[in-house]
Amino acid sequence: MRRLRIFSFMFGAVIGALTGKGRRKRIVEEGSESPGAELALVGLLLLSAIFAIGFVVVLATGSWPNRTQYEGIALGGSLLLMGFALVLVSKRLIVTEELEEDYPEPEHPEEQNEVTQIVRESGSRFTRKRLVQGAFGAAAGALGVAAIAPAISFGPALDPFELNWTPWRRGKRLVTEDGAPVKASDIEMETFYTAYPEHSARDNIAAPVVIVRLRPSDLRLPRGRRNWAPQGILAYSKICTHAGCAIALYRKPTFPPVQPDPALVCPCHYSTFDPAAGGKVLFGPAGRNLPQLPLLIDSAGHLRAAGNFSGPVGPSWWGVRMKGPITQDR
Amino acid sequence: MRRARIAIAATLLALALAAVAYGQLPSGISRPDNEQNLTQQDLGAQLYAGNCASCHGIAGRGIPTAGGTRGAGNIKGQGPSLVGVGAQAADLYLTTGFMPLSNPHEQPWRSRVLFNRRELSALTQYVASLGKGPPIPHPRPEKGNLSEGLHLFTSHCAGCHQVVAEGGYVTDARVPLIKEDTARQIAEAVRVGPYLMPKFSKKYISDRQLNSIIAYIEASKQPRDIGGWGIGHIGPVPEGMITWFIAAVALIALCVLIGERLRGTA
Repeated sequence: MRRLRIFSFMFGAVIGALTGKGRRKRIVEEGSESPGAELALVGLLLLSAIFAIGFVVVLATGSWPNRTQYEGIALGGSLLLMGFALVLVSKRLIVTEELEEDYPEPEHPEEQNEVTQIVRESGSRFTRKRLVQGAFGAAAGALGVAAIAPAISFGPALDPFELNWTPWRRGKRLVTEDGAPVKASDIEMETFYTAYPEHSARDNIAAPVVIVRLRPSDLRLPRGRRNWAPQGILAYSKICTHAGCAIALYRKPTFPPVQPDPALVCPCHYSTFDPAAGGKVLFGPAGRNLPQLPLLIDSAGHLRAAGNFSGPVGPSWWGVRMKGPITQDR
Repeated sequence: MRRARIAIAATLLALALAAVAYGQLPSGISRPDNEQNLTQQDLGAQLYAGNCASCHGIAGRGIPTAGGTRGAGNIKGQGPSLVGVGAQAADLYLTTGFMPLSNPHEQPWRSRVLFNRRELSALTQYVASLGKGPPIPHPRPEKGNLSEGLHLFTSHCAGCHQVVAEGGYVTDARVPLIKEDTARQIAEAVRVGPYLMPKFSKKYISDRQLNSIIAYIEASKQPRDIGGWGIGHIGPVPEGMITWFIAAVALIALCVLIGERLRGTA
C-alpha cells in the first residue's frame, strides 16, 4: 500500500514538475536538475523514433537483399533505444529514496492463544469424530482422483485398440511408395527400402516398414522367427520405438571384418537396432526392440506379410507390453 | 626466474615440434623410380603393388582375414577384394583421398590427394582391369530438377547427411559433409556406398533422379539464409545454444546493469 502511494506521489511529482502545478508542500525532496540527462533522453527517444520509421520504410520499399535483417535491426534498435531511454529516466531523472521496514512484533500474544482455544472448543458438538474425519477423507480423496483422472489421456491404458491395431495381416502384399508390389529379387544387399501395406492407409503409424537384405548365414533371429526372413530379406517397422521418428539411416559395412555391423539407426536420438538379431536395441534411448514383420515370398516372387509385427509399433504408452499388435478390425 | 623462462621456452618448443610432427602427413605414397618411362598400364600395376596390395591383396583379391604379414608403411593388411568394383569405386576412393588409408581400421575420410593426375588415372585403370565393373559415371546436374532433388534428398540422404548436406554422425561413424564433393564424386558415392553408407542401384534411384539430387546438393552449397545467421546450418541445437549461452547471458548482464541492490543493513 505504502509503496503504491509513494509511486503515485512520484508520478504526480514528475507530472507536476512538467506542468508546473506543484504548489502544495513537497513530500519528495527536490532533486537537482540534470539538463544533460534530459538532453540525452530526448536524443535517445528521437533516435528510437527514427529507427521505428526506418522499419516502416524498409517494410514498404524493400525488395533489396537481406531485407529481413534490416527490418530486424530497425525494429530491434528502436526497442533497444526506447529501453535505454527508460533506464536513463529511472536512473538519472526520477528522484528516488530508499525505505526499509522491519517485520512488526506480534501484538497481543495472549489473544492469539485465546483464539486457538475458541477454535478447539467450537468442535465440541462432534461426537463421532473419526467417522466425520473418514467422510472428509473419502470426499477429498475422490476429488483428488477426479483431478488426476485426465492424465489417462496420456495413453489409453484401458483401451489401447487404436495403438495396437496395424494394417498388416497374413498375405498382405508390400508395395513401394508408388504402389508397385515389391519383388523379392529386386531387394539388394547393402541398401534399404521403404514399403507400405497394399490398399491400406499409409498414415497409420504401423504402415511403413523398412526392408533390408542380409546374408541368411549372418542372421541371429530370436527363437520362433526361423521363417520370418526368406532369402535373408527382413522387414521392420520404420517407426522408432523411442519417440516415433522414421528410421531413416541404414548403416552397412563395406568390409565387415574391420567395420561396424549393419544397423538401422534413428536420426533423432541415435537409437540403433540390429537387423540381424530381430531388431534388438544396440544403443540409444529406445526401450523396446524394433518390431519385425514376418515375410513370405509368393509364387509370383512378391513380398507378402506372413503375419503381424513381433511387438507393438511406435513409441511406448501405458501398458504397451500388455498386448501384442491387433490385426482384426473392431 | 631465468630458469622458469628457459623451461617455458623449452615447453613451447616441444609443443611446436609435436604439432608439426602431428600435422605431418603419413610418409605418403610409394612411387616407382622410373615413372616417366612406364606405360600407363605398368605404372598402375606398380602403384597398386606399392600402395594398395598390402590390404587389397595381389591382383585385388582382397585379404579377408587378419594375417600376420605387414605390408607397405608397416600396415597389417586386411581389406576387401577389388575385383569387379570398376573404375567408379576406384575414382571415388582415390580422388577424395579416402584411399590409401594409413590404418585399415580407420574410417576413410576426405584428405589431401597424394597421387598426381597421371597416377590417378593409371591406378583407376588398373583397378578397373581387375574385373568387369561399372565405369566412371557422368552425371548432368544441370538437367536435374531442384524440387525433385530436394524431395529425394530428404527421403534418401538427409537422415544422415542433414538437409543442407552438412554431414553429422551415425552411431560408430562420422557422416561427411557433401559440399566439397564434385558432381562426379557424389554420383559415384551414391552407387558405391563407401564405408557405412548404403548403396543405391539405378533401379532404386535412376540416373535422372540422381541428376536432381546432385542439382539440389549444388544449390545447398550456397543456401539462402533468408532468416538471418545460418549458424552452420546444422539445425536447432546450435541455435538453441546461441539463445542460451549468448542471448540469455547478455540479458542477465543487462538486468544486473540496470537494476540496483537495496543498500540496507538487513
